Amino acid sequence: MATPSSYGWRHDQDGLGVWEHRGKVAVAGFGHSPVDRRWDGVSLDTTIGAYSILACQKAMDDAGVTADQIDGVICCDSHIAGASGGSASRWAPRPYFDPPYDSELGLTLVNGEWLVKTMGLKNVKFAPTGVPTIGEMVGMAAQAVADGMCSTCLVIYPCGNLEGRYRRGGENADDYARGARQWTVPWGNHGGNDFINIFPHNQYCLRYGGHHDDVAPFVINQHKNGMLTPWGYNATHGVEPITVEEYKESRFILNPLRIWDCDRPVQASTAYLFTTAERAQDMRQPPVYVLNHSQHSFKQKSTQADLDEIELWTDRAAQRMYEGAGLGPADVDIFNPYDGYSIMAQFFLEAFGWHGVKRGDAFAFYAGDISVKGPHPFSSSGGNLGTGRLRTAMYTDSIEQLRGQAGARQVTVRAETALAAFTTPPSGGWIMFGKHPS
Amino acid sequence: MPKLIPVADDVSKPFWDAVNQRRLVLQHCAACGKLQYPPQQACQVCGSARDLGWKEVSGRGHIATSIVIEDGRLNRRMPDQPYNLAMVTLDEDPTVNFYSNLPGTPPYEAPVGAAVEVTFEEVAPGQLIHEWRVVGEG
Repeated sequence: MATPSSYGWRHDQDGLGVWEHRGKVAVAGFGHSPVDRRWDGVSLDTTIGAYSILACQKAMDDAGVTADQIDGVICCDSHIAGASGGSASRWAPRPYFDPPYDSELGLTLVNGEWLVKTMGLKNVKFAPTGVPTIGEMVGMAAQAVADGMCSTCLVIYPCGNLEGRYRRGGENADDYARGARQWTVPWGNHGGNDFINIFPHNQYCLRYGGHHDDVAPFVINQHKNGMLTPWGYNATHGVEPITVEEYKESRFILNPLRIWDCDRPVQASTAYLFTTAERAQDMRQPPVYVLNHSQHSFKQKSTQADLDEIELWTDRAAQRMYEGAGLGPADVDIFNPYDGYSIMAQFFLEAFGWHGVKRGDAFAFYAGDISVKGPHPFSSSGGNLGTGRLRTAMYTDSIEQLRGQAGARQVTVRAETALAAFTTPPSGGWIMFGKHPS
Repeated sequence: MPKLIPVADDVSKPFWDAVNQRRLVLQHCAACGKLQYPPQQACQVCGSARDLGWKEVSGRGHIATSIVIEDGRLNRRMPDQPYNLAMVTLDEDPTVNFYSNLPGTPPYEAPVGAAVEVTFEEVAPGQLIHEWRVVGEG
């Protein structure tokens, strides 16, 4: 059931040409669990395991498939509460519950093997371990289905959050700086996308002109879009959009980075159902085709990535994606880049040249009409800033827009192609969806 | 400031040994001429491991940009908040950069573009770290 370690599913090189399986894989379903701020540590119906099972069931129902038809399960086994939270997130020893919650699996951790067993998915032949995060795993799923590793595949991204655990304790409570941290933490950089991007962002403001608070219209638009996204945190918890004044008066985290530039960690799980384009024809929903997937992992030259590196990396990622999809900037209708910190989005927007935005143009673009009903419906999902740290809003919104099922969020411009990502400038992946297979 | 204490490993030991002698030495590739920091097993430009040696540098640089940490996650540094965290480029090779808290410069007053020079700060008995002090105007 495990993936052969040599399985080369990644598309992470320059110059690979058009993806050989372009349009031959489709997303046929998706499902979202409720989005809670945190798990209370007690309720077994709101664990990350329970929410992942619920999301899977919703994705299968959406596609109109049954559990016996599932032959692939790709579940990211790194969650905020798990490995990606570092040693700070390790759960304290404590009594467990009755099966299937008689270990950490299902409570704060989920993996493919646990899901297959707990959900009774008897026909699964592909359930890899060591699955990367959502930005890359959607590419893994697309390639696995295209390569015949499986044909009806659940893709699950759990994102957990526990009281007092987020980046607290563990190595952040250590007095010593070990390994790669010896070059960063003595001066205060504890790691994360905020640190990766804030220095290049400051350089951006110097190079092109503008001020950090010029991102406010983007942040607020994300909040507005989030209120139109019924499966997200903001809409389900009534988080009204802030005003520009409230943004400018908000407290700093890494000055000039403000609290509202950061997403809200949540407890939730999302599932997608990937299948062949052929099988998708007989499923419940209109297929959304995969036109390309690409990944990247770039290495900085020194201690801190600078703006030149960030621009080079994002340019290369854009080139890989466009080349593999056989499309260009003018062909992309829906653009859902990652916004876990607001200051990343401008780098992606400009690299991909969406709606003609060039280097240095992002702040002026944000100041225009970027609403979902306007001519430039940027990040129509609301992203993480508008839905919580699901890290999946970009994908689900893209699917809904191409299906024509985005409801109050449905764009008024053409919606036949969509670009989505969970990625940072140095690492992650992109995926291009199409309403049509070619 | 109770800064975290670096723990040297096999690759970084020559660097920290030099810092503890108040010298700034960086890896230097004899094959391609590139300076490299932080230290690595091989040259990240040409890939050579055997041509990597150590070279003392001037210890002069400039502030490329700076932030102020107001709400960080490091327990040991929380009492210091708010504090500067600058990105300093090395004059010999501006693609080499360092972090600095800019000792002597109050938070929010980091002069971007200003000249800096290396200094050394004790973070534990016998263990220094390299820091950067402003010596010119931004």
